[in-house]
Amino acid sequence: MAHSKTSAIEAACARHNHRADALIEILHDVQHAQGCIDDEAARVIADKLNLSRADVQGVRSFYTDFIAEARRKTPVKICRAEACQAVGSDKLAAALETAGHDLETIFCLGNCALGPAVMVEDRLIGRATAERVAAQMERTK
Amino acid sequence: MSPSLRLYLPGDAAAVSVGADEIADCLHTEAKKRGLNIELVRTGTRGMLWLEPLLEVDIGGERYAFGPMLPEHVPALFDDAFSNAHDCALGPLEDLDWMRGQTRWLYRRCGQTDPLNLDEYKANGGLDGLTKALASSSDDVIETVTKSGLRGRGGAGFPAGIKWKTAAGIDADQKYICCNADEGDSGTFADRILMEGDPSLIIEGMVIAGLAVGATKGLVYIRSEYPAAIATMKRAIEIWREAGLLGDDVMGSGRSFDMDVRRGAGSYVCGEESAMLESLEGKRGQVRAKPPIPAFEGLFGKPTIINNVLTLASVPDILARGGEAYAAVGTGRSLGTQAFQLAGNIKCGGLIEAPFGVTLRELIEDFGGGTLSGRPLRAVQVGGPLGAYIPADQLDLVMDYEAFAAAGAMLGHGGIVVFDDTVDMARQAEFAMEFCVEESCGKCTPCRIGSVRGAETIAKIRKGENVGDNIALVEDLCTTMTDGSLCAMGGLTPMPVMSALKYFREDFETKTAPAAEEVAG
Ligand SMILES: Cc1cc2nc3c(=O)[nH]c(=O)nc-3n(C[C@H](O)[C@H](O)[C@H](O)COP(=O)(O)O)c2cc1C
Ligand code: SF4
Ligand code: FES
Repeated sequence: MAHSKTSAIEAACARHNHRADALIEILHDVQHAQGCIDDEAARVIADKLNLSRADVQGVRSFYTDFIAEARRKTPVKICRAEACQAVGSDKLAAALETAGHDLETIFCLGNCALGPAVMVEDRLIGRATAERVAAQMERTK
Repeated sequence: MSPSLRLYLPGDAAAVSVGADEIADCLHTEAKKRGLNIELVRTGTRGMLWLEPLLEVDIGGERYAFGPMLPEHVPALFDDAFSNAHDCALGPLEDLDWMRGQTRWLYRRCGQTDPLNLDEYKANGGLDGLTKALASSSDDVIETVTKSGLRGRGGAGFPAGIKWKTAAGIDADQKYICCNADEGDSGTFADRILMEGDPSLIIEGMVIAGLAVGATKGLVYIRSEYPAAIATMKRAIEIWREAGLLGDDVMGSGRSFDMDVRRGAGSYVCGEESAMLESLEGKRGQVRAKPPIPAFEGLFGKPTIINNVLTLASVPDILARGGEAYAAVGTGRSLGTQAFQLAGNIKCGGLIEAPFGVTLRELIEDFGGGTLSGRPLRAVQVGGPLGAYIPADQLDLVMDYEAFAAAGAMLGHGGIVVFDDTVDMARQAEFAMEFCVEESCGKCTPCRIGSVRGAETIAKIRKGENVGDNIALVEDLCTTMTDGSLCAMGGLTPMPVMSALKYFREDFETKTAPAAEEVAG
């Protein structure tokens, strides 16, 4: 298990030719594969790219996309930026929280004419309601 | 079998977000049931997002529009043979007021064709600009771009020709073209729509930029919130490579240009060009001190052109049309067309391409049809989270860089976010500071610390604590941030805050202190 995990990380580094400038792409790939960039992953990546562990952890912590610990369940990404505020994203967020979803705040999903906007995995939902979000969560299970 | 019927339906993320894929499934199912042969082309969006999913049917060579479609509308479409009697029938697409009111240059193919069909791209004017560029000297290309008056569409409005000339004049073993597709501003989606709807146009613009300044490598930095745009751009680049339009021998010219996509990772400040360069180098997205400007020392220290998606995508048409012809529309020093984006509490939201010089009122009332809620409009934020809040009595403002600057506002990337009279402007001001706290790169104190203090102080005002003194404190903080910040993140956060204070002061001053309330009660 530990071995196959390491090899997935190594494969991600190899896919980008061990280039340090591709670190963000590599972090995306690793997070996609295992749900987070834990300290062990950061160590392997640092090793493969010839960076310090602090470098990799510093990049991981700067970008909100990257997390050090995997989430318990699929989060509902909800846009809390101005255009969605103007059509009630705060109320929607409260309703989603009450319904027991894990929320992740995003600032703009590029669907600002059809807000409130929500994303579940890569699936964008426009004119989102608690019901439509729940239906999408059902489908991703 | 009956002759096949051609249907067009957007595959754009916004259209899909309100059910376009379900409509596609229903169309196929219904056609099969009836033994009909249909050809369904997934296109980009026309930008009329409130009508999505917007289906188009080719009837005798003309496109008829139906929208917004729900699955239950599909059987009736077939029953009435796609006639105008259908509940969703809108008539010929090109006759819609929204389409007729525009000057669609940049978006003319968007919604019309399969975004990844290179033959259609060529058949509809694609590659005309690149063909011309390959037959011209780089000086001539830059001269044409300069003459067009094209200014950067990413926000700052810097003349593209001048930037290109600077980078072209430097001798270097390597130069880069970076396309800024970070599009982080709330209320904007023009880059996304173009990436999904006509990716070749962006690639063509980048190749021309590369030829003009002597760069052989390009990168498109796309925010991770746009998975569909990332996939489409990546695929389009492969298609260009397979067709010999990218690589060592661009269109058989012997000249070389190749490019790739890089993803962002959820940081707003990475849209700032030097933070973007850091990110492209695999680092934390911290803003670099200027000088040097990227045209001298950019990616990996090499001369680099950074332009917004729309800036680069404007170039092929400018070359094909000619610089003067492009500059013939617009107003003052804001020339050509701009993609305005109507968002927030708006009845008919979407993308409108129109010459600069159109007024906010024309966009919001004529195109947008007013608020979605039907309540009175109270405020409009133009230019993203760092843009000013404009009150309802100033909608006659003309969309022009200088006119906006004179009004203490900014056009930015063309996003227009509408709020009705339920908005609490003190809360919006507080959010502007909170956003800066969240997104500051942390390099300089006025931005990093000032925004935290600003958010705290506005929170106090909202609770009614020492309102007068705290407003004065916020104004002071704003001055410090404006004057002392290294980049526009900290430097412009005061714009929404101060405009809210200026035009909507009652929202700050009428807050009652909790103590006063107790006494009164
Ligand atoms: C905080 C911040 C965020 C920015 N975000 C973007 C962005 O998302 N897209 C963009 O094109 N420009 C953005 N800019 C402007 C860029 O720094 C730069 O001016 C622009 O990419 C240059 O291209 P242009 O001249 O074609 O506009 C941002 C600037 C700041 C200060
Ligand atoms: S103003 Fe803010 S975002 Fe810009 S350099 Fe300073 S700390 Fe970074
Ligand atoms: S502001 Fe919510 S999608 Fe853009």
